[in-house]
Amino acid sequence: MTVFRIQTPVNEEDIRRLKAGDILYVTGLIVTARDAAHRRIIEYLKSGKPLPVDLKGGVIYHCGPVVKKTNSKWEVVAAGPTTSTRMELYEAEVIEKTSVRIIIGKGGMGSKTAEACRKYGAVYTTFTGGAGALAANAIEEVVTVEWLDLGIPEALWVLKVRDFGPLLVAIDSHGRNLIQEVIENAMKKRNDILMKLGVM
Amino acid sequence: MTYSKSLEELRNTLENAIVEALEKAVNDLPVDVINALKKAYENEESEIAKAQLKSILDNVEIASSKRRPICQDTGLINYYVRVGCRFPLINKIEEIIVNATKKATLQIPLRPNTVNPLTGENPGDNTGRYVPVTHIELTESDEIVIDIVPKGGGSESMTILKMPPPGRGLAAVKEIVIDAVLTAGAQPCPPTILGVGIGGGADTAVYLAKKQANVRKIGSSNPDPVLDKLEKELFNAINELGIGVMGLGGKTTVLAVHIDYAHRHPAAYPVAVAFQCWAARRSTVYMDSKGYYRITQ
Repeated sequence: MTVFRIQTPVNEEDIRRLKAGDILYVTGLIVTARDAAHRRIIEYLKSGKPLPVDLKGGVIYHCGPVVKKTNSKWEVVAAGPTTSTRMELYEAEVIEKTSVRIIIGKGGMGSKTAEACRKYGAVYTTFTGGAGALAANAIEEVVTVEWLDLGIPEALWVLKVRDFGPLLVAIDSHGRNLIQEVIENAMKKRNDILMKLGVM
Repeated sequence: MTYSKSLEELRNTLENAIVEALEKAVNDLPVDVINALKKAYENEESEIAKAQLKSILDNVEIASSKRRPICQDTGLINYYVRVGCRFPLINKIEEIIVNATKKATLQIPLRPNTVNPLTGENPGDNTGRYVPVTHIELTESDEIVIDIVPKGGGSESMTILKMPPPGRGLAAVKEIVIDAVLTAGAQPCPPTILGVGIGGGADTAVYLAKKQANVRKIGSSNPDPVLDKLEKELFNAINELGIGVMGLGGKTTVLAVHIDYAHRHPAAYPVAVAFQCWAARRSTVYMDSKGYYRITQ
């Protein structure tokens, strides 16, 4: 477990250095996107429309924040990750077509995303689920917000962050998928545990 | 503590007490949950799991001291109400709860989470058709007690209901629980509190499972000796799976297993499993007919 500090924009070389189980802190810009935003990103990419935010070398955060507006300025009050599996439908294509380098979420992602990470040089990292206050602490300001018509949780929030983390590298660019490995190991124990419980 | 004279004042007092209790629920984790998380931190050997638990405990600290929501998903609000037949506002309870929810959403603030499943429209105030989720029980007193649970969507999505062949009995319950935990994996933000409901109608089983996960304190023992034994057995078995904090491996996958049952139809054996995430937020408002109230966790 090595600890890395990374500044955005991120290049492929930085990503290839990271291994599953490493810890990462990000400084720079991150962009929140949940289901609806991912769906729209794909629509824009398909129709050749430019995205309102450049994701090249960037960071996507699966998060729907709690925000407060005071004197026309947005403030993030809590911003922990949302469950990433819902974005599995879209993420591989987003990684391929936008060259985004770091995905932040929780709960793990599937083999399509893992394959895209390996092929195009990206990582999927997890921020501790539910740790909304800790996350907000590392957010310095809201740079801009796009697609607010999708609703506050679903909009693209562009956030300036300092030492955002700890992020755990769960899928690296070398083919490892930590959470999947843990669940597969748990599955292997299933029958023994049921036997102990007197079920089988 | 407040003393109110008129019904109007009593109503305002109750509304504000609910807002106050919601503020407490979303910012302060109950002591029994914090202690269970601390114990998990001490027992853990894996470096990765320990780091996750440290983030959780740091987060709880920051949320409480800065009055910020523990989790950005301030949930769908669940109210478990026990109201006395002689409580003066008994006919206004639902209205008061809806108003308090709207007020709390603006004031605290809470994330507006209620969405129309047909149109996608979000009223922006955490209310809507049949929500907030409100269960009302009648008692003989002149008081009201409301358990308030802002419940996150990640754990709620993992809820299951099964109808095994009745002949399999508790063996089926055990298998369903283990498989529910395996299927949920990292998604409900483990370590979770697991609620299991056995019997009743299908709705009863889900209600009991959710209530056991949402409201019962960690460390409380089950008054039924059969269930008490089953809870301990399942607690140990689930933690042996090694899913761990956030599915990253480790010793603690559940903080507790809580089970309740209802009598069932001979031909049906409903089993429901509900998850509450580690951010198991809750608070309770007690208020008497004169408007004296207190908030506990």
